[in-house]
Amino acid sequence: MVKYTVKRLLLMIPVVLGVTILIFLLLSLVPGDPAKLVLGNEATVEMVEMKRSEMGLDKPLIVRMLTYMKDVFLRLDFGTSYYNTTPIINEITARLPRTMTIAGFGILLTTILGIPLGILAAVNQNGIPDRICMILSMIGVALPEFCVAMVLVTIFSSKLGWLPPYGVKTWTCYIMPVIAVGLNSMAGLARNCRNCTLEAIRSDYVTTARSKGVKEWKVILHHVLPNSLIPVVTSLGTSFANMMGGAIVIENVFSIPGMGQYIVTAINSRDYNVIQGSVIVLAIIFSLIILLIDLIYAYIDPRIKAQYVGTGRRKKTQ
Amino acid sequence: MSENKNRFLSVEDLVVEYTSDGEVVHAVNGVSFHLEKGKTLGLVGETGAGKTTIAKAIMRILQEPPASIKGGKILLDGVDLLKLDKKEMYGIRGGKISMIFQDPMTSLNPVHKVGEQIAEVVRIHNPEMNKAQARQRAVEMLERVGIPAERYSEYPHQFSGGMKQRVVIAMALACNPELLLADEPTSALDVTIQAEVLAMIKKLRDEFDTAMIMITHDLGIVAQVCDDVAIVYAGEIVEYGTKEEIYTHRFHPYTAGLFGAIPQLDVRVERLSAIKGLPPDPTNLPEGCHFHPRCPYATEECKKGKIPFAQVRPGHFCRCVHPEEGRIM
Repeated sequence: MVKYTVKRLLLMIPVVLGVTILIFLLLSLVPGDPAKLVLGNEATVEMVEMKRSEMGLDKPLIVRMLTYMKDVFLRLDFGTSYYNTTPIINEITARLPRTMTIAGFGILLTTILGIPLGILAAVNQNGIPDRICMILSMIGVALPEFCVAMVLVTIFSSKLGWLPPYGVKTWTCYIMPVIAVGLNSMAGLARNCRNCTLEAIRSDYVTTARSKGVKEWKVILHHVLPNSLIPVVTSLGTSFANMMGGAIVIENVFSIPGMGQYIVTAINSRDYNVIQGSVIVLAIIFSLIILLIDLIYAYIDPRIKAQYVGTGRRKKTQ
Repeated sequence: MSENKNRFLSVEDLVVEYTSDGEVVHAVNGVSFHLEKGKTLGLVGETGAGKTTIAKAIMRILQEPPASIKGGKILLDGVDLLKLDKKEMYGIRGGKISMIFQDPMTSLNPVHKVGEQIAEVVRIHNPEMNKAQARQRAVEMLERVGIPAERYSEYPHQFSGGMKQRVVIAMALACNPELLLADEPTSALDVTIQAEVLAMIKKLRDEFDTAMIMITHDLGIVAQVCDDVAIVYAGEIVEYGTKEEIYTHRFHPYTAGLFGAIPQLDVRVERLSAIKGLPPDPTNLPEGCHFHPRCPYATEECKKGKIPFAQVRPGHFCRCVHPEEGRIM
């Protein structure tokens, strides 16, 4: 497993390099001159030229790209924003934890509520708990994040005044954003988990387990769950990625200075250095999450583990 | 049936129905049989005759709903299993009664080690054992079915079909059950492995002195392992007797048809003979004898009322209005 993990980590290098090249090329294809944008409309041609050489924009694309990649990967230097002199890396290290907190707790909420709800619904298929769970999750899936966010703000900040409506001053500021990003994916996960659990409950090995005299709760916990969780784990990975992306909306609603807000501001002001830096950091994080999901996968499913580890005996399964 | 004193298992008037989309499927309609300690009964019939449902009803592992046991008794050592509560049933399943399933490909849990799946049943029914002892027992069982102990920690996907069925057998016998329900244990295996697995079941049954119900549609298997035979058709036993009786004296036309369908090596034929028609729709069973629409000997009498299960020879019962020996279908 260690060998596999190392192999996967090494494979991340070409992925991240690829993303870097792609985002760099894409941004240089976008029409418009950053130097002009920085200086504004009144700038003279000479001033623009000066700014361009100061920003290094007069050099050929390939040279700029290689210099950029050298700075980023060898010195962890993402450059500075066009508009101020704060190094981008400082901005990212300040903002990333906020976004990760929201997404991390969001996924935690999703997992610890979504999975039990799905199992509860599946075990009582067509019973009252099942109906309630499914109606609630239908509503949850249908409500967009920003809508949930606004309802939450209206109730808990405006009417009741329990929670701060914006900012990141205290941990209470994170409660509503976490619920807002978590609710939607929790509802989806509960439905997904219900379906997978139902499928597993009907399998022959569950009948076998029952015929061994295994108690019903243990059948669910020990025999059904490990099997039904395999597809659920996959969707958790996607959910986490969605939450990092969805942070753009939530961070705007709650005025949280996180990665989402940073990128949106940068796109609006064509701050290419910031966009590039943020995209690269997010790409690394996504790759790590996907790797983590794959490892969890292998942990719960020995068939997948066998493919990874490649033990000598590898018989075909029907 | 007979007034046998050492009945160990007796099933009386078992009725099981499935409900689906408002339709009632009459899967088992008043089945009665009994089994002595150490004996083997063969339940023989076509697909959908209700054989598996009978076995699952004995284990009480029918999915309820859609299934529901409408009536009857299942007495094991005088205790009605249908009256036991959930908790008491946990002790019976896997301990006193265990089951071998049809498809070894799907009947083992893919995420647990095979050895642990055996040790699990050992631990449930021998709570005094610690982990190491249970493991020891599981290893012992693996070796008894011809799987080396080193393979304890392997997963089902690393085993072939025949090997998996051996694991299932080891699991079923790990707690010395008094009754073993074998639900077509060799149907999903290829022919060479079938013989091997069957021989193993026979050997272990004798070693453990376990009573067995062998569910099959293969009369060859019945001939090899069973003492008594019950021919099941549309959820009813239509003929019942010792193996020797049934194989030498056949009274019910359906039984005659089943035996007629066995290809004979010494006769040259163009087509294999088969019983005409299809088994009846269990949601809408024919009145009277359920077999009459397919029976060339059927008369008006066959079409009404309940057909009695009458003794035709000592210990040989047949559910037919016109029981007659030696019919050809």
